Amino acid sequence: MAVEIRLPTILRPHAGGETTVAAEGATVGELFADLTSQFPGMKGQLLNADGSLHRFVNVYVNDEDIRYLEQLDTKVAGTDQISILPAVAGG
Amino acid sequence: MHLTASRPAVGPMVIHDSVIDLIGNTPMVDVSRLSPNPAVKISAKLEGQNPGGSVKDRIALNMILRAEEAGELHEGQTILEPSSGNTGIGLGMICRLRGYKLKIVLPENVSIERRQLLEAFGAEIITSPGEEGSNGAVRLANELIAELPDHAYLYQYGNEANPDAHYRGTGPEIWRDCPEVTHFVAGLGTTGTLMGVGRYLTEQNPDVQIWAIEPPTGELVQGLRNLDDGFVPPVFDPSLLDRRVIVRARESIEWTRRLTLECGIFAGLSSGAALAGAAKVAEKIDSGSIVVLLADGGWKYLSTGAWTDDLDEAEAKASKIVYF
Repeated sequence: MAVEIRLPTILRPHAGGETTVAAEGATVGELFADLTSQFPGMKGQLLNADGSLHRFVNVYVNDEDIRYLEQLDTKVAGTDQISILPAVAGG
Repeated sequence: MHLTASRPAVGPMVIHDSVIDLIGNTPMVDVSRLSPNPAVKISAKLEGQNPGGSVKDRIALNMILRAEEAGELHEGQTILEPSSGNTGIGLGMICRLRGYKLKIVLPENVSIERRQLLEAFGAEIITSPGEEGSNGAVRLANELIAELPDHAYLYQYGNEANPDAHYRGTGPEIWRDCPEVTHFVAGLGTTGTLMGVGRYLTEQNPDVQIWAIEPPTGELVQGLRNLDDGFVPPVFDPSLLDRRVIVRARESIEWTRRLTLECGIFAGLSSGAALAGAAKVAEKIDSGSIVVLLADGGWKYLSTGAWTDDLDEAEAKASKIVYF
């Protein structure tokens, strides 16, 4: 099942400049496995060596941060909107 | 309740020594008419009632008091601080009264009113690149302070006096006024409000849920070279949150307008975002009592057209500025 992923500006060069890309998977972790096989340059950007989410990467399923859902095991469906955003300052 | 032309006088009139005494102890107002679930009450804490116009007066005061106690500030000294506006305005107000000079590193893409208020309080503004957002202000302030050892650096993102202001003030006020609270919802910036209030409320009742609302700031910030340029405030303890939700500019404006038109509350854009978040909570639960923190008033955002422009135009403008 293909799910659309919105990329932040910083990751777009790894995907030929695309704003959104499609990846296959039933969880965020599976989507990332497909995403990084399509665009290997993203691997070191999104995940740590142990496979966990990079500290400065926030991933949202329908605008909810997956760290407060089921992390990389968060389930996704074809209609879900996945956004990857860099962790930045507010305030 | 019997309505009179104005609030009746209760007790003796108090003349305060200065506006600093007016920081905190903000009122709460029932905004349940905006709740999508009739079994869920929503109470709004009006931080725009602080004398500097925002919740940030609290941390500005606490950071200065703690630095004074530690002997890290002396009269006439200059304070340097990165801020998207509200912390700077709070510091500006207090610095006038306590004899400090102030330099604020401010992203260039904040509303004109934020910049004007800083100027009104006599702060010197150092502009950081808009495409770097608040990250740019933090980066530039960190660089500048290394060359300005005589300046005081309060650094709201890493200063425990920031969450402590909410642990000692905002949190106990909410518990006093709304002990039935089941959910606390507020915007995520430095994370100080959520950390301090969250810690206090969950100590009183571990079942209270803490929801963070944020704008899609990472989309606005185009200037990062790589993800290692990202930033997580040192005061942030992720384990204190139960949910973290993005509310986008359009929805923030819609709820800001509803606050004004349906509740008579003229609040800023981040308040609309927080209220949108509270409505999402209300939709997910059977019953409960939500406290939502409205961080500032609407005055500083009139130039964005948030209330007066066509919604598409207002959304386009808001998407280009830092409003949290």
